[in-house]
Amino acid sequence: MSVIAYSAARATLRSSGALLNRNWIAMRRAWILVISGAVESLLFLFAFGFGVGALVGDITLPDGTTVSYTAYVAPAILANAAMMAVLAETSINVFAKFKWMKVYDGILNTPLRPWDIALGEVWWALIRGFTYIAAFVVVMGLFGLLDSWWSLLAIPACVFIALAFAGIGLTLATLFRDWPDFDWMNAVVFAMFLFGGTFTPVEAYPAFAQPIVYIMPLYHGIELVRGISLGQLGPMMLVHIAYLMALCVGGMWIAQRRLARALYK
Amino acid sequence: MSYEGFRLTGMPDVNEILVSAADLRKSYGDHEAVRGVDFEIRRGEAFGFLGANGAGKSTTMRMIGCVSQPSAGTLEVFGRDPRTQGAEIRARLGVVPQDNTLDGMLTVFENLVVYAGYFGIKRRAAREKAAELLDFVQLTARSKDQVNELSGGMQRRLAIARSLINDPELVILDEPTTGLDPQARHLVWERLFQLKHRGVSILLTTHYMDEAEQLCDRLVVMDEGRIIASGSPRELIDTHVTKEVVELRFGTAHTAELAALADTLDGVGAQIEPLPDKILVYTDDADDTNAALEIRDIHPTSVLARRATLEDVFLRLTGRALVEDEA
Repeated sequence: MSVIAYSAARATLRSSGALLNRNWIAMRRAWILVISGAVESLLFLFAFGFGVGALVGDITLPDGTTVSYTAYVAPAILANAAMMAVLAETSINVFAKFKWMKVYDGILNTPLRPWDIALGEVWWALIRGFTYIAAFVVVMGLFGLLDSWWSLLAIPACVFIALAFAGIGLTLATLFRDWPDFDWMNAVVFAMFLFGGTFTPVEAYPAFAQPIVYIMPLYHGIELVRGISLGQLGPMMLVHIAYLMALCVGGMWIAQRRLARALYK
Repeated sequence: MSYEGFRLTGMPDVNEILVSAADLRKSYGDHEAVRGVDFEIRRGEAFGFLGANGAGKSTTMRMIGCVSQPSAGTLEVFGRDPRTQGAEIRARLGVVPQDNTLDGMLTVFENLVVYAGYFGIKRRAAREKAAELLDFVQLTARSKDQVNELSGGMQRRLAIARSLINDPELVILDEPTTGLDPQARHLVWERLFQLKHRGVSILLTTHYMDEAEQLCDRLVVMDEGRIIASGSPRELIDTHVTKEVVELRFGTAHTAELAALADTLDGVGAQIEPLPDKILVYTDDADDTNAALEIRDIHPTSVLARRATLEDVFLRLTGRALVEDEA
């Protein structure tokens, strides 16, 4: 039995790897797009962290500790960057490949299954997301926003965010009918960026709004990365991770179901 | 432990059945696209599905290609069940879809190498195979070009090359020359002849009778989701139509007038078929028919005698032309 499971896992890895290879070859000529994405989130860091941060100075957290506002906001911007990179890759790019360029229609006739396609796209989104995150963390370090070597754990923390939004993005790509649907996605993403605990602790919001924030995937990502960056670890971290992983697996499952239904007519 | 089912490679068994279907059906909601078809495709043969647009050919191809689930009936490909073993079957098939589905973000060469990856072919072997296949379809000079820069005929040839990347046991081509200009069509045909010559089993759909006649060893004629005739092109012609056909035109006379004229022709041939622009007279001897017309003092503006084709078979069986006013 374990032999069968092993060979099935190997086949899945090989198949999704083939799609990864396709994306890599297709992207080699378009590295400028990747760089522009990284620059964008760095600009956010400069604008909010240093611009606004210089005016606000230090803030006191609900548990009583005091940190500089820049150190408070930077992890949230990082979480946001991870979300944006992965969401762009999975939702917009997968939508384009799926409905517009019909890339998957060609793949359909090969041994690859919808699950392999979903997995391959998630791998790819993770790799792209990881390059942004790593660059971002390096810049944070250069500006002295990382308190200790433990802060490097922010990178794997961001991987959980990337996984969650890869799942969400894939599902959206299969749900969306046309480009205007992306305006809705962008509106929701921007709302999460503004109100998901990026700039102020959630406890500062009115009581009725707090549950809405707790539903936001980005909130859990921000809390996870911020907790690690500021060295405030706790059992809630596991809740954040579980929530993000559930979104990843659920999103991938829905996406591959919808891909199968659309392609295997 | 049984050794049944093992076969030495390099010794094709001509009686081996690659695809078999029994009462195969496919419905989309209320619409039944394929209404119970039976057929068998053997190793090494070129098998054709001839029919007008919407006859259910492409749907049948998609079911054989394991990208569409049959609604009812049985279907076996390589002795396996497409419902549960789709990926294994697809690994042994080569498919040229009607719309090519080439990867527009990749170059000609990359299209082949990347596709090889989907079949688990290692990079080095993939590059060698890609170069060899580009040579086969005469696209080596365009290997660095983007797919969109190719003409329709070149894109089709690339799709054919791509379908061969995994050394398939059966190549499925859906309307391989539809939309191509005559010169491009002949280039595609010539390559398909080469494949046939190498012993590759071919399955194709077409609504061109000349294509079916030239390429297919055996074919079935499909109409409205059913198979209405089957056999070799020669058998079909011998069974369903006379040896010769005389085409009569009467100036600008059209549908209704021609139908009236057709009534006066009774007896000049085995069967009279009025079409919108001409009347077909099926006959075993065109000279006899011409003489009969002379005797009745009927003088068409043009008379063309020719041998019967699959087009006539289709017309006789369905009462409709295969390619209706395509130009």
